[in-house]
Amino acid sequence: MVDRLQGLGVSAGTAAGPALRMGRPPQLPPPRSVTSSPTEQAAAREALDHVGHELAERAARATDPAARAILEAQALIAKDPLLAESCDSAVAAGLDAAHAVHCAFTQQADGLRAAGGYLGERAADLEDLRDRAVAWLLGEPMPGIPDPGHPFVLIADDLAPADTATLDPARVLALVTVRGGPTSHTAILARALGLPAVVACREALAIEDGTLIRVDGETGTITLNATPDTTAITHPTATVTFTGPGRTADGHRVPLLLNIGSADDLPADAATNVEGVGLLRTELLFLGRHDEPSLDEQREAYTRVLRALPGRRVVLRTLDAGADKPLPFLSLTDEPNPALGIRGLRTSRTRPEILDTQLEAVALAAQAADADLWVMAPMVSTAQEAADFATRARARGLSKVGAMIEVPAAALRAGQILEHVDFLSIGTNDLGQYAMAADRQCGELADLLDPWQPALLDLIALCARAGKGAGKPVGVCGEAAADPTLACVLVGLGISSLSMSRASVSRVGVRLRQHTLDYCSSLADAALAAPDAAAARAAASTLATRNS
Amino acid sequence: MPERTVTVASASGLHARPAALFVKAAAAQPVPVKLRIGDGPLADARSILAVLALRVEHGTTVTLSTGAEDGPAAHEALAALADLLSRDLDAEPANG
Repeated sequence: MVDRLQGLGVSAGTAAGPALRMGRPPQLPPPRSVTSSPTEQAAAREALDHVGHELAERAARATDPAARAILEAQALIAKDPLLAESCDSAVAAGLDAAHAVHCAFTQQADGLRAAGGYLGERAADLEDLRDRAVAWLLGEPMPGIPDPGHPFVLIADDLAPADTATLDPARVLALVTVRGGPTSHTAILARALGLPAVVACREALAIEDGTLIRVDGETGTITLNATPDTTAITHPTATVTFTGPGRTADGHRVPLLLNIGSADDLPADAATNVEGVGLLRTELLFLGRHDEPSLDEQREAYTRVLRALPGRRVVLRTLDAGADKPLPFLSLTDEPNPALGIRGLRTSRTRPEILDTQLEAVALAAQAADADLWVMAPMVSTAQEAADFATRARARGLSKVGAMIEVPAAALRAGQILEHVDFLSIGTNDLGQYAMAADRQCGELADLLDPWQPALLDLIALCARAGKGAGKPVGVCGEAAADPTLACVLVGLGISSLSMSRASVSRVGVRLRQHTLDYCSSLADAALAAPDAAAARAAASTLATRNS
Repeated sequence: MPERTVTVASASGLHARPAALFVKAAAAQPVPVKLRIGDGPLADARSILAVLALRVEHGTTVTLSTGAEDGPAAHEALAALADLLSRDLDAEPANG
């Protein structure tokens, strides 16, 4: 095998250690003829008990409340009497224990999937439980994240939310997946945990268990059979200490802000160590809700964030939901192409009162705290939409009103939009997917979704220039801001603030202080002149290394 | 046949955490309890899959029953489970 593999780096940092592949689902052998039904039925029930018990034990050990809830729910399903009865009937019909378990779970999972919605999402849980019970019956290793008792680099086809809920960052050094893209679940999780990660590495599963590998989460390079001198571990969060504020080597200020979903995402020392929030997603409050959260409930949630950051900037994004992020009370109909449908600000075409209530709650929260509150609308497409939003927000006394730039049309008309609003914030994940006509969920198109795509950088440059012309700030709040080199390129393009997940702030802050604003501009020029994303990344990285 | 009718108070209905708490409580009872909406099909209250399949929303009125089981244990089980359903479990903090 070659000694080097290439994927897409999605979470910066390097780490080295033995590779371990994620356990695969067991393969069913040909059916056995059953001599004793009671023996097979007892074996099937024992498998269910074992799986339920193991999950309950893991739940008891889990420190993260979200992980514990997922594991407890799974343990409860494994102990479901319906499944045990269904296994009994399958054995009575002539199946051996492993096939009976497989059949019982698959039937239930298919039923849930047919029901759709919340129940349909539980189907994957059942299939995971099925694979565990069958693996136990066949004496095969448990599928899922391995637990070898020492730190390792996890290699997987792709990671599902349920896998990552139980991922222990003290044991897993880095993530490498075959599928996934820059904004996939794996990438977002890795950045949140501060783990180096490489996705879209096609040959990853060919790496044999135990091979010592080195993962560079910025360049996307994986070195096989790494030697001790190349295995120095640089954990992105552990070794870098950075205290703000964000600025270039020559003192040009670039606020480094956080992307958060609620006050719970803020560190304990937020009041002293956080420059502000560049993206407060407000969907969390609405998710899973059958009715709209009340004015008071919203006011309270927003006030909590604002009070945690006295005097600091907090950019609140109004409700960003649609057919892709469904909310029951919006009662949107199914759309064939949700990413291009009624989402973001567009939901206020039919339900204006939801936005009005939210703006009212935001205004009340702003009065109750002394943070510097900015409010912005997601999925703005035209200057007229921006103007309407600004009118409604200002009518409630909100003074800093902005528009998110995610739609290429809005980026092209950034100057006209800025005639109506006070600032712009570029969501690079969506702007990338719309500019490249590549679905964010599609791992096959990861190269097109690369935030280094020069066409995406062109659109960002357009917005930054419009901001300069109008004398108004233009920030970036997409995942692009979390890549230290790309962050410098963005600053070079004229972006005035960067917002990212908490784990990325230190690395970006340290890198930004290595370069002057002029040097950042040369990095930006090099990236813009490149023919494709890989060349843009390489050109800027080479220049950046020369200067550090 | 002992029965209790109660309106589900949890904001998310009988899904996710409220459903798990309810099923765990039902499994801890000495008598088997069934759940139904109106005259709909009976679901085993100890089965999370059966309970989820009922798709009980916030504000739905459900009926708890113990079938042939009667006596103090049956009535206590119904009272305990009815009390659980009448509380907004989403608003109560998770233990630990």
